[in-house]
Amino acid sequence: MRISVEEVYETVRMTLDHHFDIRTVTLGINLKDCIDRDLAAMVQRVRERIVEKGQLLNRCADRIVHKYGIPITNRRIAITPASLLLEPLPRTKATVVRFAKALDAATRKADIDFLGGFGAMVQKGTTAAEENLIEAIPEALSKTQRICGFLNLASTHAGMNMNAIARMGHILRDLAFRSDNGVGCAKIAVFANVPEDNPFMAGAHHGIGEPDYSLNIGISGPGVVRNVVAKNPDCDLTQLSEVIKRTVFKITRAGELIGREMAALMGVPFGIVDISLAPTTSTGDSVAEIIEAMGVGQIGSPGSTAALALLMDAVKKGGAMASGNVGGLSGTFIPVSEDEGMIRAVRAGTLSLEKLEALTSVCSVGLDMFAVPGDTEPEVISAIIADELAIGVANHKTTSVRIIPAPGRKAGDILHFGGLLGSAPVMKVSGTSAARFIRRQGRMPSPISSLRN
Amino acid sequence: MTQKKSPSPQICIVTVTGVDKVGIVARLATVMARANINIVDINQKILEDTFVMTMAVDIAGAKIGMDKIKTRLDAVGRQMALKITIQDENIFKAMHRV
Repeated sequence: MRISVEEVYETVRMTLDHHFDIRTVTLGINLKDCIDRDLAAMVQRVRERIVEKGQLLNRCADRIVHKYGIPITNRRIAITPASLLLEPLPRTKATVVRFAKALDAATRKADIDFLGGFGAMVQKGTTAAEENLIEAIPEALSKTQRICGFLNLASTHAGMNMNAIARMGHILRDLAFRSDNGVGCAKIAVFANVPEDNPFMAGAHHGIGEPDYSLNIGISGPGVVRNVVAKNPDCDLTQLSEVIKRTVFKITRAGELIGREMAALMGVPFGIVDISLAPTTSTGDSVAEIIEAMGVGQIGSPGSTAALALLMDAVKKGGAMASGNVGGLSGTFIPVSEDEGMIRAVRAGTLSLEKLEALTSVCSVGLDMFAVPGDTEPEVISAIIADELAIGVANHKTTSVRIIPAPGRKAGDILHFGGLLGSAPVMKVSGTSAARFIRRQGRMPSPISSLRN
Repeated sequence: MTQKKSPSPQICIVTVTGVDKVGIVARLATVMARANINIVDINQKILEDTFVMTMAVDIAGAKIGMDKIKTRLDAVGRQMALKITIQDENIFKAMHRV
């Protein structure tokens, strides 16, 4: 059956007019076999592998873009959590920073946008090497450009590592104050229930349950979904869900085809398609505007959480029908600074930090790319993280926090990051300090799984 | 299906959008013929007030790669004020056929 003019035109418009793209192809690379007691020897092996595979990734991505005419916006690499690689090495900051710089140089040489995995899994406890890595994060991430960090600080099975969460308030503040506008903090996300195959930055890493290589793909089409919602202004919500499902089915199928072919071309196993809707600062490529096209006046108003829940459910159903390999985060990103509609809502006073947190309870990926005043106490930063991760732990889902303490700024100011990171209005942090709660530390026990009423 | 020595077909869809005018098919046919690309099918319609033409072409025997074909089509697009894309047919099959 020949494809009709209407079908071709629908696809072509998605890319030409509605920003449909393959947001990222991310190659997961196992580096466990590079571990050595000699840092120079390990760096040498790691560098060779990253440069070789990174260049191959770029060549193959270029071929696929020409073949299918769908842009591939980012080419990325995710590695085995760096803390594992650093275990046998001297526990000094200098070791961690040297390794980060070597990774950064290899990533630049391969012309790869970002390398993720500079982090650790510490949901239950922290080894000496992991503690050393965490303490070195401010220096390592402020002295590199393309390295992204992640920390898994909590999980439904282990509970919440409150020692590490308490420490992160200080670490993130330190990192923020070492970079212009605190932008260093855009390169690190902390998680509950982190997925091992997430292709999106800043949180990507190549989990320990993964094979030697894995090609993961992140598709994105908030603009496409917004367009189809806007075209159906009067249908009821059951029908609206159907319309969104059908659209997400189509873009996921495109992602699946491209992912499979990329993997075959590179000679590596195909991993997952992450169906997350990921907004950009381009006009119309906004998740907030989907919610608004559904009929909620502005995101943050009453109705937003319900609308987002409907959107999320339809996205997952459409995606799961389209591909048996849906994985990663597969939620909806609602980053403040990277979404024009979110920025407008914060500036108008419609979207508060509290409502943002409520929205994250029905979608991953959590509190993302939002700024708080520079004088926010470290314990309050930790408390914001603890609240968000508790939502993930209690609800058996992934949540994360990417918070930007804005040095020298107060609520209502605007931080301009430029490029893909957009600009963030500094949000008000309400209430009084929870410092006494955070300083108790310890491990919050994992939640009970029975008695579910 | 009686191909003897010719390679199996590799169908791509060329899509032209914009305002209809004299010479579109002629210009595209010239680009294709010069690259030894066979035109398999042509359709056109007005959709949402836009002229849309799709041309199925077989690039299996093409003398140049897709990147070069695309460059030549882009040049025609610029000269005739049209948007022209070329994409492997499988992307449409994946998206529109279950």
